[in-house]
Amino acid sequence: MEPTLLGRIGFAFISLFVITNYGLLLIGSMARISAKVQGRVGQPVWQPYIDIIKSSAKRNSIGHGIMFYLGPVFRLAGGIGTYMFIPAVYGSAAFMNFSDSGDLLLVMYFIFFGQLGMALGAGEGGHPYSALGVSRGLAQMTAFEVPFALSIISIVIQYRTLDITAIVAAQQGGFMHWTLFTNPVAVVAAMIAFLGMSMHNPFSIVIAPQEIPIGPPTEYQSNLLGMLQTNRAIFNGAKLVLYMNLFFGGATNIVSMVIKTFLIYFINIFVGQAFPRFRVDQSIRFFLGVPTLIGIASVIIMAL
Amino acid sequence: MSDKKLKPAPLANEGLPPEERGLFCDAAPREYEAAKGWVEDFLNWARAESLWILGFGTGCGAIELRPLMTSRFDMYRYGIQARPTPRQSSVFVIGGYASVKTLKRIVRSYEQMMGPKFVVALGSCTINGGMYWDSYNTIKRIDQYIPVDVYVTGCMPRPEALLAGFQELKKIIRAGKAEGQNLYARNFEWYKANQKKVIKDWNMPDYNW
Repeated sequence: MEPTLLGRIGFAFISLFVITNYGLLLIGSMARISAKVQGRVGQPVWQPYIDIIKSSAKRNSIGHGIMFYLGPVFRLAGGIGTYMFIPAVYGSAAFMNFSDSGDLLLVMYFIFFGQLGMALGAGEGGHPYSALGVSRGLAQMTAFEVPFALSIISIVIQYRTLDITAIVAAQQGGFMHWTLFTNPVAVVAAMIAFLGMSMHNPFSIVIAPQEIPIGPPTEYQSNLLGMLQTNRAIFNGAKLVLYMNLFFGGATNIVSMVIKTFLIYFINIFVGQAFPRFRVDQSIRFFLGVPTLIGIASVIIMAL
Repeated sequence: MSDKKLKPAPLANEGLPPEERGLFCDAAPREYEAAKGWVEDFLNWARAESLWILGFGTGCGAIELRPLMTSRFDMYRYGIQARPTPRQSSVFVIGGYASVKTLKRIVRSYEQMMGPKFVVALGSCTINGGMYWDSYNTIKRIDQYIPVDVYVTGCMPRPEALLAGFQELKKIIRAGKAEGQNLYARNFEWYKANQKKVIKDWNMPDYNW
């Protein structure tokens, strides 16, 4: 039985609630794993929750204008928008979100929508480090966009559709049907772009602790910061679910969703703990070099 | 407390040239009421378990802050993190002696932090001037300039002592006694007079938002 519109909105809220909590726990557990690698005990897994409560419970806050307030709102809209048009669990009524209403291009648009909104908001903050962080972020985004878009073109040629649900459906029936095995070159290009998208260590030039204090959100505080922290969890979850759907066969139940996304996210930690941070120019040259060539190769292979 | 009582008169900002006064905020800090009952207890618990230190080393004691993030001391397990911007941090660690030049920056940074905010004063120099007690360009007692929640004595105190200080700060926050922000707002004129007595080149607003 098809759920009504009201039922679907209800399901969307449940789905959003689940992904927010999952994203927060994922950030917490990954911080703990990183700490273990460094020989530390590390923060509690639930630390992100406490941080959000604390930020939101600040007694005063300052503003720098309308766009400053809208920045985090755009960012949150970008995160929720990305997630809402991806099926989190294939074939599940509760977790299909609104995936039949939007396609891959809309999701790709939403991934960048939040960043651009945040760039405008952070710019109005007026802090020089915000502007520096924004320019770094947009430059790196433009660079990793190239291999990511090429690998998307490749799988669109492969499956002859932009519909994410159809792409997941085509990968059902055993792990040998996953894009990982049917189109490995595109997956390699996309996974390298994913490292840049997650802004973990080799590509953490945007936040860049020690270098430019915290980057774009330098002036953000109190509940605005709480909003950004919440969005970080949702956006992380959304990107992981998107990658799982496009390249790793999607998930037919929530347990396999959790396992797959955890492992995809773990690649970040694996690489991030082994490599130090790139400089801005190194990072951009990197993405426009080998990963772009791999992306072009994947398109050519699929087009032939 | 009514809302009218909470709003004090605008500041004169006499340190600024007249043409620049319009660019800065002239609102004085005001006191904020705590939430009631268990809500405030819960929020205080969250504040205590998520201490973000302002990454601003103000004196030689700042060198004791660095080891805290290493695997030997690992402050993250107590929910303590370094934060590079005053807007987001909640704890200001005064690392030992404060020269008059640094005090100006300390005041600016402290005022830019969002409340509730806490101050940990590190080393003897923050308590009575320590070995700089007769120096011409350092201040002796930091709590005449900004409100302090916890002192950690020693010259220099080890990172363990600093961690113990943070545990003490957590107890104070949980008990709801770390109201430095309100104390500062209540005695704003006294603090400002003390600050202006030593900072001769006052070329900033009276209250830095």
